[in-house]
Amino acid sequence: MDDFFLRALLGGVGVALISGPVGCFVVWRRMAFFGTALAHTVLLGVALGFLIEIEPTLSVFTMCLLFAGGLALLERQQLVPLDTLLGVFAHGIFAAGMVVIAFMENVRVDLLGYLFGDILSTGSVDLWLILGTLVFTTIVLLRQWRNLLAMTINRDLAAVEGVRVERVRLLLVFLLAGVIAVGMKIVGMLLVVALLIIPAATARYFVTTPEQMAVVATLVGVISVVAGLFGSLQWDLPAGPMIVLVATAMFMVSLLAPVLGRFRNLDPTSENPR
Amino acid sequence: MPLIEARAVSVRYGRRPVLDSVDLHVHAGEIVTLVGLNGAGKTTLIRVLLGAIVPDRGNVVRMPGLRIGYSPQHVHRDPILPVTVRRFLALGAPVARARAEAVLDEVGAGAIFDHPMAEISGGELNRVLLARALLQKPNLLVLDEPLAGVDVSGQAELYRLITEIRDRYGCGVLLVSHDLHLTMASTDTVVCLNRHVCCSGPPRKITGDPVFASLFGKSLADSLAVYPHEHDHRHDAGRDPVPAEPAGTSHG
Repeated sequence: MDDFFLRALLGGVGVALISGPVGCFVVWRRMAFFGTALAHTVLLGVALGFLIEIEPTLSVFTMCLLFAGGLALLERQQLVPLDTLLGVFAHGIFAAGMVVIAFMENVRVDLLGYLFGDILSTGSVDLWLILGTLVFTTIVLLRQWRNLLAMTINRDLAAVEGVRVERVRLLLVFLLAGVIAVGMKIVGMLLVVALLIIPAATARYFVTTPEQMAVVATLVGVISVVAGLFGSLQWDLPAGPMIVLVATAMFMVSLLAPVLGRFRNLDPTSENPR
Repeated sequence: MPLIEARAVSVRYGRRPVLDSVDLHVHAGEIVTLVGLNGAGKTTLIRVLLGAIVPDRGNVVRMPGLRIGYSPQHVHRDPILPVTVRRFLALGAPVARARAEAVLDEVGAGAIFDHPMAEISGGELNRVLLARALLQKPNLLVLDEPLAGVDVSGQAELYRLITEIRDRYGCGVLLVSHDLHLTMASTDTVVCLNRHVCCSGPPRKITGDPVFASLFGKSLADSLAVYPHEHDHRHDAGRDPVPAEPAGTSHG
């Protein structure tokens, strides 16, 4: 196996390990649109990285946090609902990113790479960043799991019972920004939210506890990355979209699972099979 | 000393005043019922007392060692989140299975211990929320609309349960209610809220208050005044037909 392919595989699996459990919270807390909006900051983040000469992963992470902080302030106004606000600024910041990148005449930015991912160019720096994010995410999730769940079900109730809800919410935004920053390399900003929500949604039918859901979602993500990568190598197709396509196919199978299960449970000897 | 006390609490959202110099206190063993129309600021006042909202003016004084058991009006129950009743009860604080089961039995919902939260009925949910509040070993129970989404006979049953819990543990109870009939039956103090406290006191006194009558309609106030009903019969949850209400009753 070629080196570049092995790095791609490691990077992709690493990101799937992070996005599986974090994606469950995105689905449970209905943050899909928030995640999409965060991902739209990628281009401006990348431009920022070039300007101050730091690793794009770090500048994108920073830009995500700035964006989330700005939104939290704007949420206080009462006139415009949150989803409209997200829609406005997601597209606004995306457009700003495009314009700023066009401005930087002496820098050639691989736009398609950031939009749809460039997993085959995963380097060792990327792998270290993914590993760091994985470690950080794992620690936060292990320590805050119950608090995160409690806050998801009812914020005030969690607060009364001693959860520092503001802090826990902020940690979740950190985790989400981390997934986007490392995930953009793998599947690109336009598809990174897919890596969060599709595995979680796929897992739901097969599980009965939140922990099982996180584990199965991670598994679905890993299978998608591996199968998508090999598929892209085999047929010379873009890797990011292939990964998301595999995940989507698995989701559709999971939708059929209840139907298939019902057929299996039909007892031919019972008098009323319905 | 009261368990908890709001002193001249004022809250505004933007330019809109929501609470205006509200005083309220709950003593141990006392059931205080907060009534008021939609938008009167009931939930806001509850959130101020819980510490979720910092009031613009006024303050909240808590007795040292106060432990609150809180039952919110809504919880996020979504089929996508696979949480059973048992798991939900353990989310407040780690709890032994036997104790969680015992508390759920105590509120009459032992049968749904392993059911998914997303599939239980409104009445069952209220009992589960009460159980979760009780697991905090509270000396103050704060129940936001604990009777919502429950049919009338179920409401009577739940109300009786709340009274029983107060008697057994001697805790204070602050509850928000729409249903004035049930509220009046066994509450100690009624606080009628309409951004400010319009009137407060024991139910018999309140129903004679002209302010109360103007807010909820004279006919309702009258019907409540002649309705200090003792419960000499039980309604089995969700089974018995609801007895006819006195003539002249209107729900506001």
